[in-house]
Amino acid sequence: MDGADLGARLRERDLSAAPAALNMLESNAPADREQAARLLHEVSPAVLGGEASGHIVGVTGPPGAGKSTLLSALLHAWRARERTVAMLAVDPSSRRSGGSLLGDRARIEFDPSDKGVLIRSTAAGDRLGGLASATRAAAQALATAFDVVVIETVGVGQAETEVADVADTVAVVVQPGSGDVLQFYKAGIMETPDVLVVTKADLGQVALRTRRDLSAALRSLGSRGAGATRVLAVSSLPPTHGIEELAVALDEHRASLDVAERRLKARRAGALLDFAREHGEQGMRALGGRHAAERLLERQDPGLDPQALVAALERAAGEV
Amino acid sequence: MPATAVRGGGARAILDRARHTSLPGYALTIAAMSNEPPPVRLPERDRPWMMRTYAGHSTAKASNELYRRNLAKGQTGLSVAFDLPTQTGHDPDDELARGEVGKVGVPVCHRGDMEALMEGIPLDEMNTSMTINATAAWLLALYIVAAEERGVEQRKLQGTTQNDIVKEFLARGTYAFPPAPSMRLIADMIAYTVENVPRWNPINICSYHLQEAGATPVQEIAYAMSNAIAVLDAARERLGATGRAQELMGDVFGRISFFVNAGVRFVEEHAKLRAMGILWEQIGRERYDVQDERHLRFRYGVQVNSLGLTEAQPENNVQRIVLEALAVTLGREARARAIQLPAWNEALGLPRPWDQQWSLRIQQVLAYETDILEYPDIFEGSKVMDGLVAELLEGARAEMAVVAEHGGAVEAVPYMKAALVDSHRERIQRIESGEHVVVGQNRFTETEVSPLTADAQGGILVVDPAVEAEQIEAVRRWRAERDQAAVDAALADLARVARGEDSHENLMVPTIAAARAGATTGEWARTLREVFGSYRAPTGVGVATPMGADEELAELREEVVRLQEKLGRRPKILVGKPGLDGHSNGAEQIAVRARDAGMDVVYEGIRLTPAQIAASALQEGVHVIGLSILSGSHRELIPAVIDALHEAGVNVPVVVGGIIPEQDVAPLKQAGVAAVYTPKDFDITRIMRDIVEIVGERNGVPASV
Repeated sequence: MDGADLGARLRERDLSAAPAALNMLESNAPADREQAARLLHEVSPAVLGGEASGHIVGVTGPPGAGKSTLLSALLHAWRARERTVAMLAVDPSSRRSGGSLLGDRARIEFDPSDKGVLIRSTAAGDRLGGLASATRAAAQALATAFDVVVIETVGVGQAETEVADVADTVAVVVQPGSGDVLQFYKAGIMETPDVLVVTKADLGQVALRTRRDLSAALRSLGSRGAGATRVLAVSSLPPTHGIEELAVALDEHRASLDVAERRLKARRAGALLDFAREHGEQGMRALGGRHAAERLLERQDPGLDPQALVAALERAAGEV
Repeated sequence: MPATAVRGGGARAILDRARHTSLPGYALTIAAMSNEPPPVRLPERDRPWMMRTYAGHSTAKASNELYRRNLAKGQTGLSVAFDLPTQTGHDPDDELARGEVGKVGVPVCHRGDMEALMEGIPLDEMNTSMTINATAAWLLALYIVAAEERGVEQRKLQGTTQNDIVKEFLARGTYAFPPAPSMRLIADMIAYTVENVPRWNPINICSYHLQEAGATPVQEIAYAMSNAIAVLDAARERLGATGRAQELMGDVFGRISFFVNAGVRFVEEHAKLRAMGILWEQIGRERYDVQDERHLRFRYGVQVNSLGLTEAQPENNVQRIVLEALAVTLGREARARAIQLPAWNEALGLPRPWDQQWSLRIQQVLAYETDILEYPDIFEGSKVMDGLVAELLEGARAEMAVVAEHGGAVEAVPYMKAALVDSHRERIQRIESGEHVVVGQNRFTETEVSPLTADAQGGILVVDPAVEAEQIEAVRRWRAERDQAAVDAALADLARVARGEDSHENLMVPTIAAARAGATTGEWARTLREVFGSYRAPTGVGVATPMGADEELAELREEVVRLQEKLGRRPKILVGKPGLDGHSNGAEQIAVRARDAGMDVVYEGIRLTPAQIAASALQEGVHVIGLSILSGSHRELIPAVIDALHEAGVNVPVVVGGIIPEQDVAPLKQAGVAAVYTPKDFDITRIMRDIVEIVGERNGVPASV
């Protein structure tokens, strides 16, 4: 497979190139890695002449919060607006045996003949349940071809902070009556989300109360953007309720955003993470520490893709 | 429910408890305790249990002929097997019905089919059991309307609708609606029948399928009882809405019957049924304040174990079936009310009428030739039996408490499902290691050629593939000839009641009206799906505990890592079930073992169309696809999946597992299937190794050994 060709097809919004592109980006085989670099170059801002136009949405929340049902309903709403949608479902399952069970796609309802939808399940990164670097690269590549790219994670750790880095908009999903979620935020595991979704609004009073409590808690946290976080109550099962409002809220957040700045930050953070995972503390020391590495990244062409940025870090580390 | 009594007290405590009851069996126990010589013979031989055969195939007319022949042979009740489209609420011309019409049961699409099915059978005398769940309200409505046409009032109808949705989510897979509206349908049926069809058992709480899904006896008892509590709570609330809960609860309790399983460990199985009787009475008294002794009796029907039936040396299944039948007949205190026995060849395919006759004859020999019906309870006073019962009760109460902590059976479905997947895996591992002996399968495997499977069809029933086309044609004709305006109005009214604008309205009323107007099974279900939404049950595989590696599995993991290095990615497998068959136990075990072997597993669950499988395989970039089918529809569905994959441009190996008759293997391979696994292949690690090898070969990575 030719990476440059796949990248070019994605750039032309040829969605049928996506599965092969994902296979390539996930591969560790040296030949594939080389092609993947060419693919990513083809969809980098430098070649695109700006940021990829797709909206990258991170959706996260604890197990059982109703993410899959919510995503089924959102998918429907987006398709009704004629937007193409890619979903990357990240599974946190244990890596004890190395294998993983990816069960989530079955829970998202879609028409198999609809070529405007792609769902890909992927296991979390091998270390600490973080987001696999392939998933970050995939989100960025798919955003050139699809109108919406969703990264779905289960809110249990490392992956969530990384989703916040890579996504334009982060939605956190909670179900009514679950107090643990507040603790989660107070513990500062994650920064304030852009949109907070209370599912199962058909539970009536409980859902309303949860929504009220969350709003109050967000105010009391008083952190950055607390005023900007929207709290919405939805019911994803028929008769659905609040899904349209949620779709609009996600759009409004995106519209209020300096996408270029957020994406640039995401690419740099991702490159640093990949470099650290690959080369460890020793590599970081060779660069003169994290701060120096960040400075170095800031001096690079803002249009470079993350893999090119990692390559720049590696070159710098090698020269020292 | 408070876990009182027995805790730690063992057999002694049970007997203490027995003193405080006045059930006839216990009275005998008390007599035994008070040193009076127990009566050795009954004054009069007991009447035999009701004898049924789970039957139905092809068409309503063909099944009617079969029923009449079975009744002539001495069968005393009917047990209707419906095909999967009917069970899941699809008409024969629905895309999902493809390959499944008339296969595992009879298609019943409208009142005309029901009338043909029951033609010439006296509905005011017959006791009819219907294995129907998600669409139970609909099939009961068709039965009521068919009887009405014949001038038989609904008050006279006797029988059972299985109607147990929790076990569909857990084990059997023929659900249609989400949990909450499903429970509402059940509660409405109970509320309707208790007043209008008083001799009908509106629900049969099933522990049968839990055992098939791997449940231990303790799990079987605990989950069935928890399930019954969820149903009774829902019924009490439903009756409360009309202010009649107090008045009717005893009748409702008395109408709840059970459908249980019995495995070949028949002594323990008998103890299980005694334990269920004790728990059931306690629940009635303590939780629902039921007073009437007749209402408190634990009533059950049984189909003995199918899980333990083997494909290897299938004639051995006859012995197994006989022993299992003893579990539910030997002790008078916990004897079945109704029995249906599987056929010796169920692990091979669908049984023929002759195979089923053999099973009926087993029942008749037990009932009419042996002396088991001549004695009072023969285990009375047995320390071993009482001890076994006490052990099971203690375990079941503890497990019921766990389910209660999850918020009851409906909320605890994911927990119970995961527990069953784990138990089933442990069972399979014991068989693989030889610790659990299965004669003819993992021990004593040397055999002569069986003359029983020598005919051209391999000793099973093969449904004429032309049936499907005929049924499609027939339902279209039915739709064209009926009064469409009346059907539209009836379905609109059904939708209105389903939306619940007036919570006092019972769904059974518009359901019966729609049946009378000539609506079809698919139309009824679609109307409700549009209001209730559709649903996918949890698979239980995501949370299954990772398996410790034995030597064989450790070796396989190394092989997987080696393959991964060559492929660049971890080997990825798609596992799923095409068609409507919901028996997912095998597919789940394959998925979990593939994970434990180190693969990335996309588990898609049940009820997939070929197009869905192809789309998933493409989008997920899998290296191999594993499909499981038990319903006999592999001949149609597997080639359809392979065509869909070609169309999607996916070129990866497909392997198939399930109940695949020997003579179908070659045609499947010709259609492009890389390997076929049947119940003979009980060693799942070996299957995995085979699959890994196939993936390696396809990608130019030969196996290391």
